[in-house]
Amino acid sequence: MANLLVVAEARDGRVGGASREAVSLAASLAGPLGAEVEALVVGGPGVSADAGSVGAAGAATVRVAEHEALAEYSPEGYTQVVVEHVRGGDYVAVLFSATTQGKDLAPRVAAVLDVPLATDVTGVEVEDGVLVIERPISAGKAFARLALDATPVMASLRPNVFPVTEVGGEAAISAYTPDLDASSWKVRVLERKQTGGGSVDVAEAAIVVAGGRGMKDPSNWNLLESLRDAIGAGAALGASRAVVDAGWRPHGEQVGQTGKTVAPTLYIAVGISGAIQHLAGMRTAKTIVAINKDADAPIFNVADYGIVGDLFEVVPRLSEEIAALKAGG
Amino acid sequence: MNLVVCLKRVPDTETRIRIDASGSVIDPSGVKYVISPYDEFALELALRSKEATGAGEVALLSLGDSATQETLRKGLAMGADRAVLLTGESGMDGLATAKALAAELEGADAPLVLFGVKAIDDDQQQVGPMFAALTGRACVTGVSSFLVEEGKVVCEREVEGGSETVEATLPAAITITKGEHEPRLASLKGIMAAKKKPLEEKPAQAVASRVRVLSLREPSARPQGRIVGEGADAVPELVRLLREEAKAL
Repeated sequence: MANLLVVAEARDGRVGGASREAVSLAASLAGPLGAEVEALVVGGPGVSADAGSVGAAGAATVRVAEHEALAEYSPEGYTQVVVEHVRGGDYVAVLFSATTQGKDLAPRVAAVLDVPLATDVTGVEVEDGVLVIERPISAGKAFARLALDATPVMASLRPNVFPVTEVGGEAAISAYTPDLDASSWKVRVLERKQTGGGSVDVAEAAIVVAGGRGMKDPSNWNLLESLRDAIGAGAALGASRAVVDAGWRPHGEQVGQTGKTVAPTLYIAVGISGAIQHLAGMRTAKTIVAINKDADAPIFNVADYGIVGDLFEVVPRLSEEIAALKAGG
Repeated sequence: MNLVVCLKRVPDTETRIRIDASGSVIDPSGVKYVISPYDEFALELALRSKEATGAGEVALLSLGDSATQETLRKGLAMGADRAVLLTGESGMDGLATAKALAAELEGADAPLVLFGVKAIDDDQQQVGPMFAALTGRACVTGVSSFLVEEGKVVCEREVEGGSETVEATLPAAITITKGEHEPRLASLKGIMAAKKKPLEEKPAQAVASRVRVLSLREPSARPQGRIVGEGADAVPELVRLLREEAKAL
């Protein structure tokens, strides 16, 4: 029987939320396809400790490829492991998360297996026994429904789009050590540097606090950092193209067509007017809040809640109120 | 060392997307086309690399329709030495595109091939690493700057929450994201010179697309929002709505 395979992503030994989203989606497709859900976790020794968490999201079996050379993401090592695993099974579909790692890994695997790939997918349905995929184009200015004429169907799923349904299942976990020769790899990481501002990427964050030109000066970002910290874990900073172009913020924070497309549960746009290419990148957020002194700013056309006013008064008050809310439980 | 930069012709970011009557194609009328911005960053870094070493050429390669000639001329005006246009459909099957590019560069003296990290129309982020996998090249994605050294390329790469310094053995393919250098504007002299630079057009090796577009749709309209109030006094009500109505906090 052909199954659904989810290539799960472990970071710091923990299986990420985006992977559990992918497993839950696969579980919802398994019935109509008459398939079972299998997850593949790739990582360093000990990564199997957290592998059970994907069972609770709906995976029937979990295979864990553990190897010292896989403790950090290696494009060549991970590609080899996933390709060998897919070749050794019978899969109707192989799903990745469209994280930085997934977007690096999935195309390599697809090319080696000679199957097409759909990136950053926001919808998957079974129609007449066939998977139909929906994904944004031009950063969300339009959506395309696609059929991929190959087996397995390969797709990477946009984080935060598909809900995690805890089914409380327990997966059969089995670990193995793949046969790898790291000395033959052509890409080596020489150094890793953390930049300030936490490790949650804006494309994966549940809540995004984004600033634009209305912030007036890069030194004023302490206001947005305070707001992010008041919200707590899972929040990340975002930025408009204007402030990235001005050199105020790093490009990794840019939301929009020439940056990242995001779909958080809450997007707080501060001092962002809402150019078409920015709106394309964030309009699928579940809830959008806009704070802007210009009542006619286009951002208010997509916002669920708006405050017209001076952000230098509104934002500190918002941080205070949210901090008080969190403190009060 | 010779560098190849792969470029795609795409609608400008200011473009409003309209779906044509067939329901499965973008209406091209009134659309202004540009070099995909990340491909432009790649070209800028390639030109800087050539200027730093003073040796080799920067060649452009694109898959697209004949109108892509105009896009390649812009790249030549920025400073590339020559261009090749493979005429064919550049659709949503990135693997088909990667195969056409790989077929063209087979046996070519091209130790380093550069791509933009993604094309801003299809947003697939896959042609560069697919090309690398097909041609057995080392591949680094999301590179913001690089330095070519003896037999290798050393890249700065954006990752979640930080950056990495990554070394790749040549031949390699790298995909470029925005770094510290803005793409240069073509000078008048560059534009004049570009008219005389070699631009070869030939049919792409035909590779059938296995991605079928069933239909396109506009994004769903968002429900009408509301202005909660003016100034800091509106904040308590906003927080209440976010907690009780939107359940977002």
